[in-house]
Amino acid sequence: MTAAAGPGPTDLLGKLAASIAGGGVKLVDLTHTLSPDFPTIVMPPEFGQSAPFRMERISRYDGDGPAWYWNNISFGEHTGTHFDAPVHWFTGKDLPLNTVDTLPTADMLAPACIIDCARQAAEDADFLLTRQDVLDWEARHGRVPSRSWVLMRTDWSKKTGRDYANLTDDGAHTPGPDAEAIRWLVEERGIIGFGTETIGTDAGQAGHFDPPYPAHHFLHGAGRYGLQCLTNLDLLPPVGALVFAAPLKILHGSGSPLRVVALVGG
Amino acid sequence: MSKPIAKPKRKNPLERTREPLLPPAPRSRTAHGLTRAAAEGRFAIQRCAECHAFTYPPRDACPRCLSDRLPFVDAPTGGVLAALTTVHVTADSYFRERLPWRTGIVTLDCGPQAIAHVHGDCAEGERVNMSLQLDRGGQAALFANPISRTPDMQDDLQWREMTADPNQRRVLITDGRNPVGQALAKTLAEAGAREIFVGVGEQWKPFPNEEALRQIGGVKIVPLDLTDERSVADLATDIGAKVDILINTTDHIRPGHLFDAGATLRIGETMEQTLFGAMRLARAFAPVMIARGADGRHGAAAWVNLLSVHALANLPALGSLSVSHAACLSLSHWLRAELARGGVKLMNAFSGPLDTEWFQTLPPPKVAPAALATAVVDGLRRGLEEVYVGDVANDIKTRLTANPKALEREIGQ
Repeated sequence: MTAAAGPGPTDLLGKLAASIAGGGVKLVDLTHTLSPDFPTIVMPPEFGQSAPFRMERISRYDGDGPAWYWNNISFGEHTGTHFDAPVHWFTGKDLPLNTVDTLPTADMLAPACIIDCARQAAEDADFLLTRQDVLDWEARHGRVPSRSWVLMRTDWSKKTGRDYANLTDDGAHTPGPDAEAIRWLVEERGIIGFGTETIGTDAGQAGHFDPPYPAHHFLHGAGRYGLQCLTNLDLLPPVGALVFAAPLKILHGSGSPLRVVALVGG
Repeated sequence: MSKPIAKPKRKNPLERTREPLLPPAPRSRTAHGLTRAAAEGRFAIQRCAECHAFTYPPRDACPRCLSDRLPFVDAPTGGVLAALTTVHVTADSYFRERLPWRTGIVTLDCGPQAIAHVHGDCAEGERVNMSLQLDRGGQAALFANPISRTPDMQDDLQWREMTADPNQRRVLITDGRNPVGQALAKTLAEAGAREIFVGVGEQWKPFPNEEALRQIGGVKIVPLDLTDERSVADLATDIGAKVDILINTTDHIRPGHLFDAGATLRIGETMEQTLFGAMRLARAFAPVMIARGADGRHGAAAWVNLLSVHALANLPALGSLSVSHAACLSLSHWLRAELARGGVKLMNAFSGPLDTEWFQTLPPPKVAPAALATAVVDGLRRGLEEVYVGDVANDIKTRLTANPKALEREIGQ
């Protein structure tokens, strides 16, 4: 859309605004609350660690600020519901516009396909989404449109604490895409990104896949994005939702927590 | 015969909690020779370097030969209780609340006669075993104990006033994930601690021996993450008034070189866990402990820090640990001065490398977590301020006193 937009688009946005006001179009918040005890990605302790969300009070109508309340906050770029930019993975390190501050504005709003894997994930924490699963989904809902988000619904966001992280002595056990499915979605369907309800776009055991962490590998290698720790995917229709995902504009940032909002038609 | 300390009655909510009072405090600079010995659990008084006579109380000149060379040296602990007095009336506010109080004159085997606090199981004319104790005001005082163990002698009320015995007290261990926190929980349970709160941060992460920790009698796992202001404040709001002894076991050991790319970040993480964590802990828990310094016979008694002895001399292989613990040591002196208002002791337990995962590459001798836990409980029972655990810690302490520059050079090689 450009500043020179004519009566058509203006009319479209007017209708959208009216639909939102009238409840015909709903806004669904896909974001978890950013809080100190929300699980973060765990690396072996000899590696650098992503800092969890922290908040320290500056003042609360007290001696340090009589009339105002505010806090200092700190967190790693990959904390809570967050966005992964291509530069996050080595495969995307040399691409243009690969950081959150250079993310093309047009990529911040895109349609979303929601693939419901809740039943399979409930049965198997290590459930992997395959290309065949996506083809079966397409048989019911149509082809995954190019430049759309594919969001893997697992209802994992309904878990908390230890069940959510699901760490055992051989690593995390959470669902995700298998290598072939994500490569195919990127290369054959041209998706803009892949989103999950778990701590990563990859499955918990994806370090053992070929290539390791295939969602990171293929998405970011092709300049696509990741969204993770999403919630409320069960409120979205399989097709037709628009997802607004605009990360913080951090200089050279590899990702950021963000508010993800979906527009859902009546 | 000492009466065993019973499980305290629940507090009467209609009664005011008394504010802590302290025994008379001022001492001369010379007299702090006694404070130093008492802090470490040694019995040391002055002995003239020229005529070799022991002397007490502390002076600046030998009463026998007028020499001013009067160093404090470890002295024989034996003596005879020449006279015993039980005080029933006094004008001193602190002692008034604790009457009757036994005091006496002891003829020390090494010569001098001294006024001392007297354990309930000592009788006039009998032999006694002397120690230097830190009283509620943090000042050194002589204490006469029975020559051999008597039943429940630890529970003598005057002795308990000088110590921080965990028996029938409630303890907070800040980190139960590490083996030291777990060993302490076990040792404290055996020592009679009434309730043992054990902090565990990021409870979504499992940890080794969790089930065994939960099985220890009196242990209650509580959420606590020292890097999170709110977590610390929430726990203090919840159980702050129940913590009689606080033991900070939180640590963050990450080897690495000063010039490593991520070194600043890692030192930052270590500081968050150790120095800033301890500050958050102090801000949340210390004011309540100070206020509860005289909350009956079971009031707040002690704060314990576990420090690496490399707080005193940086070990490059554990550079960030050394830096952070040096800062924690300085903080501990600040906190000790604050806690003193409530008569709450602060004990630092220094140890060399522990026999735990993060010290894997360091050569023995290493300190077993159980040994550190035993030393901490022993220190609390004796009311100490400084405890050195294991060969490395004691070696560094000795070398630091002898020649700090030599220690710095040798440890840096």
